[in-house]
Amino acid sequence: MHEVDMTRCLLLSMNEWKQQHAPRVPRVDRVHLQVGTFTCVEPDQLVLTWADAVRGSWLEGAELVIEPVQLIGRCLRCQATYSPDPESGYRSPCCRHPMEEIVSGRELRIRSVAYSCPSPIPVG
Amino acid sequence: MHMPLEDNLGLNLLAANQHRAEHNRAHFDAWNLLCLNVMSSPGAGKTSLLERSLAALSSRWSMAVLEGDMTTQLDARRLEALGIPVVPITTGRACHLDAAMVSGGLKLLRQQLDPAELDVLWVENVGNLVCPAEFAVGEHRKVALLSVTEGDDKPLKYPVMFREADCVLITKVDLLPHLPVDVERIEDHIRQVNPRTAVFRLSASSGEGFEAWHGWLVDQLSAVRSTPTLVSA
Repeated sequence: MHEVDMTRCLLLSMNEWKQQHAPRVPRVDRVHLQVGTFTCVEPDQLVLTWADAVRGSWLEGAELVIEPVQLIGRCLRCQATYSPDPESGYRSPCCRHPMEEIVSGRELRIRSVAYSCPSPIPVG
Repeated sequence: MHMPLEDNLGLNLLAANQHRAEHNRAHFDAWNLLCLNVMSSPGAGKTSLLERSLAALSSRWSMAVLEGDMTTQLDARRLEALGIPVVPITTGRACHLDAAMVSGGLKLLRQQLDPAELDVLWVENVGNLVCPAEFAVGEHRKVALLSVTEGDDKPLKYPVMFREADCVLITKVDLLPHLPVDVERIEDHIRQVNPRTAVFRLSASSGEGFEAWHGWLVDQLSAVRSTPTLVSA
């Protein structure tokens, strides 16, 4: 259910992006999404939800490519970075310090859109 | 002929919700009130917490509740019985409140009262330990509940919720003598993912821990009101 809402957010952003190209409708081949592992999003589920959501729309056929971004924390005691393993907890393996700083892993970002437009492309 | 192109957007997926949340927050700041987003899994004790805190604090503060629920208004009715203004927000299929839903709730609340007269606005989110953590509604503070009956592993299994929380309330501690649960282990797991959060042990049945929790609320209201507001609603 969560992925349905995330897909809705994604479609909202894509519709806003489409307006920049109006009156032409770009043909989107790929939407590249960065999804951190320390988020509430399950990438496989999001891809399935996307495929359903774009069927019959201007985005039909567009592939959703998800780039997972690993959770990296920084130990504030010795400044070393580490990748927590939820099975063994979130403390730094070096100093057993709690996870104060997150370097990466919280991303929910539309990185890029690959598309084509009827030429000629307007200048300016 | 079509030419292949690529736009680098670098756009936050939740940007639209974030903009709406900032709009709500501007209203809260202009009204000079403290807004709390209360989140937990179903049955952790959000409504019981509100019942006890509203009853204890209503002589001191003017308060209202935006009550999120997927299908019923049962919780809203429980809180209305305390004589506190309550606006139910039925989310339907959505398993969390988002900023737009809260904005709609605020419009209904303004038909009942002037929010500038409030000290505290509670937003009781839908019972869910996953999704509400990602959707800001404009709150000043996020409060997460975890009942001792849920087990000590939940902060590790659902870390985003506990990472986002400004305060974690460990509830139903009156049941501890009957459960094989180590509350210190729960606290350790919470602090592993979020060493900066405030943690309190509470029982809405016995009242244990509420004095410290209410003291935290006093500090938060004071902090919010001492912060200069740059944007007016």
